[in-house]
Amino acid sequence: MTEGKTILTVDDSGSLRQMVTFVLKDAGYDVVEAVDGQDGLEKAKTRHIDLVLTDQNMPGMDGLGLIRALRTMKKYQSVPILMLTTETGDDIKAQGRAAGATGWIVKPFDPARLTEVVRKLIG
Amino acid sequence: MTIDMSQFYQVFFDEADELLAEMEKLLLNIDLAAPDDEDLNAIFRAAHSIKGGAATFGFTDITEVTHVLESLLDRIRKHEMTLTAEHVDAFLSSKDVLDMLMSGHRHGSAVDEAAVQTLRARLHELSEGKAAPTPAAAAPAAPAPVAGTPPAADAAGNFHLRIELPDVSAKDADALAGELGLMGTLTRDVLPDGRAVFTLVTTETADTIVAICAFVLDPDALRITDACAAAPAAAAAAPAADFGLYDTAAPAAASAPQTPAATPAAQAVAVPAAPAAQPAAETKNFGRRATDKEAGESSSIRVSVEKVDQLINLVGELVITQAMIDQRIAALDPIHHERLLNSANQLSRNTRDLQEAVMSIRMMPMDYVFSRFPRMVRDLAGKLGKKVEFVTKGAATELDKGLIERIVDPLTHLVRNSVDHGVEMPEKRRAAGKNEAGKLTLSAAHQGGNIVIEVSDDGGGLNRERILDKAKQNGLPVSDTMPDSEVWQLIFAPGFSTAEVVTDVSGRGVGMDVVKRNIAAMGGVVDIRSVPGSGTTISISLPLTLAILDGMLIKVGDEIYILPLGYVIESLQPAPVDVKEIAGQGKVVKVREEYLPLIPLYQIFAIEPKSEEPSEGILVILESEGKKAALLVDGLVGQQQVVVKNLESNFRKVAGISGATILGDGGVSLILDVAALLRSSRQLNADSLCF
Repeated sequence: MTEGKTILTVDDSGSLRQMVTFVLKDAGYDVVEAVDGQDGLEKAKTRHIDLVLTDQNMPGMDGLGLIRALRTMKKYQSVPILMLTTETGDDIKAQGRAAGATGWIVKPFDPARLTEVVRKLIG
Repeated sequence: MTIDMSQFYQVFFDEADELLAEMEKLLLNIDLAAPDDEDLNAIFRAAHSIKGGAATFGFTDITEVTHVLESLLDRIRKHEMTLTAEHVDAFLSSKDVLDMLMSGHRHGSAVDEAAVQTLRARLHELSEGKAAPTPAAAAPAAPAPVAGTPPAADAAGNFHLRIELPDVSAKDADALAGELGLMGTLTRDVLPDGRAVFTLVTTETADTIVAICAFVLDPDALRITDACAAAPAAAAAAPAADFGLYDTAAPAAASAPQTPAATPAAQAVAVPAAPAAQPAAETKNFGRRATDKEAGESSSIRVSVEKVDQLINLVGELVITQAMIDQRIAALDPIHHERLLNSANQLSRNTRDLQEAVMSIRMMPMDYVFSRFPRMVRDLAGKLGKKVEFVTKGAATELDKGLIERIVDPLTHLVRNSVDHGVEMPEKRRAAGKNEAGKLTLSAAHQGGNIVIEVSDDGGGLNRERILDKAKQNGLPVSDTMPDSEVWQLIFAPGFSTAEVVTDVSGRGVGMDVVKRNIAAMGGVVDIRSVPGSGTTISISLPLTLAILDGMLIKVGDEIYILPLGYVIESLQPAPVDVKEIAGQGKVVKVREEYLPLIPLYQIFAIEPKSEEPSEGILVILESEGKKAALLVDGLVGQQQVVVKNLESNFRKVAGISGATILGDGGVSLILDVAALLRSSRQLNADSLCF
C-alpha cells in the first residue's frame, strides 16, 4: 500500500539523508530530500507530501521551526510529522509535541524501525 | 531488513571532514572575550552532526568523543559556562583526535588510544570543573545529580520530583496536573509509551504527593523519583524507547494555553510551553548563516576527479581538432565559402568557451590550502614561544586542483620557515621597536596567466653575510659583490641552512632546494625579496593550469617550436650594430639600453637555419626568474592555444623541452623549456648552451 506515497526527509547531514532515503525507497516510498528547515518548507509547499521526517538540530530553521511552520498550513494540518532527534531528553519531546509533531525517533535508529513507524502512520 | 551501511561511510567521512575543518576555522577565529553566539552554535552543530552520523553508522569511538565534546559545547553555547583558551585548546585537540579516529576507520591507520583517553578525560574535567555558578533558576539541569532515594532538597528547600503516572485516562491526568500544579511549579510530559509524567518543584515531600494522587489512582502504581537523577534512570529503564508517537489529543492539549479554556490543568500545561519558545528565538539568530550554507549545499554536486579529467582530456582533443579545422579552412576562398567560414568561427568561439568552462571545474579556491595554516602557525608559534598574527589574503583566488595539491608541501615549508626563522622572539622585536607579535601574511592573486602566492613576514630579514659565509663553506661559487637577489637565491642550494640552531620545526638544511624543485616542476618560479630588519617575502608564481597553455609558434629551419607566451616579452629584428660578439662567450644584443645574452636556437638543437645572421632573423625576448635573454629564431608563425602532452610519460625526458603538442596540421611540435634555456645562458658561454 505504499504506492505513490511521498515522504519528505529533512536533514542537514548528507550521509544521514542518503541513508534515510535509501531505507525508505527500499520500502517502496517516494522520497523528497531537503537540507534544512527552510528548504523543507519550500519543498513541502510545492509538492504533495504524505509524511514528513525531520531532523531537529539544523542550521537556519530547525526541526521544531519546520513543524510549527507546516502546521500553520492548511494542507499540513493532519499530515504525520516525525521528528528525528539525538536528544533523548524529555523536554525536546515535549517541545516536539507542543510544536505539533506526530512522534519522534531517536538517532541512531534501526532502519527496520524507521520503516515500521512510517508504515504504522501512512501504510 | 538489513542494509549495507558501509555504502554511506564515504559520504559521512567527507561530511565530517568538512565539519571538522569548519569547526577548526571557527575556533581559531573565535574572540574569547566576546564569542559570537552564531559561531558557538555552529561549532556545537558540527560536533552534534558528527555524533549523529557516527552513531548511526556505528563508529562508537567517534560517537563517544563527540558526545563529551557536544555536551561541553552545549553548556558553553547556552552560556552556562564561559569559553576559555583552555576550552579552545581542548576542542582543537578533539579535532585532531577525531581526524585520527576517522583515518583509522577509513585507511586502517594506527589509533593512539592513550590520546583518545587523555582527551576524553580532559573534556570531562572541563565540563565538570568549570561550571559557572548559575542561579537556582536553572536548577533542574545544573546541580550535581543526587542519586538514590529519598529525594534531596535543593538550596532553596525545594524538592525536584519526577512523578510517573500509571496508565490513566487523560481526564484523570489533567485533574492530577491541576491539583499538583497548586503545590509548586509543574511541568508535564509524555513517556514513550504514552503515560504522563510530571516534574514538580515543590516544598512538599513525596509522601504528600502520594496522598494527593491516591484520590485518583493506586498509590503503588505511582513512581516518584528525584528529577535530577531521573533522566539517566529513565534511559536505562527503557532502552527500547527509540521512538514514540504522541496520542492524537496531545497537540490539541499543547495548544490549550492559547485558548480561553483556562482550567487549572491548562495552566499547568502552560509551563512546558515556555522552554519551547527558546529555540524559536535561536532560530532567528541562525538566519544569516543558513542562507549561506543552503546556497552552497543545494548548488553543488560531488564528482570524481577521474570524470573531470576525462572531460578535460576530451576537450583537449576537441581544441586540437578545432585548430586543424581552422587551419584547413584558412585556405578556402572567403567569398565562396562565407557561410562555412562563419559557422567555423562560431564553432571556434564555442570551443573556447567550452574549454574555459571545463577548465574552471578543476579550479579550486586557494582557501583549500590556506585554511590549514592558521592552526599550524598557532601551534608552531606556541611551541617556539613566539607571537604571530596570521593573515591570509585572496583566499578565493582559484588554481587548478592538481597544482593546489602539489603546492601544499612547498607552502607548508615556507610558512614553517617564516615562523621559525623569519619572525623574531617577542623580546627581540620589542627591542627593535616592533610590535611583539610578528605578522605573517599569506596571499594569492592572479597576475596575467599566473597565480602569485606570497609568504611574507615582518621579521628580521635574510642575513646577507651569513648566507655568503655559508655558501663559501659549502664551496658554492659566490662573490661579495653579488646583487642581493642572487644572494637570496643561494638559500635554494641543496644542503643550505643558516639556522643557528637546528630545531625540530625547520632548519635541517633540507627543504628549500626541494621547495624550489617542486615549484619548478609545476612550471613555477620562486622569487625572494628581503630587507634586513623589516622582513622577507617569498613569492611563488605558477601557471594557472598545466593542461593548456597559450603558445607562440616560432620557426627555425623546417622545425616549429612553441614558446609559452607567459615568458615572451617582445620580439624584434635587431640592427646589425646592436649585436656584439664577446670573445669566446657568444653574442650579446643591445635591447633598450640593456645587453642581453643571445641564444641562437638553431645552435641548441643543431638545426640548419635559414640564416645564422641575427639581423636577418627575429629575436624573441624572454624573461624567467628575473633573467632576460634574446632567442634567435628564423621567424614567428603565430599564436595558438596548445594542449600540453607530457613528453616524459610518452617518450622520455629531453633537456630543453618541457612537453609536446599536436598542431593544427596534425604535426607534433615541441614546447621549449624557457626557464632551462635562460639558466644555461647565464654564463654567456656558447658551448654551455648545448644540452
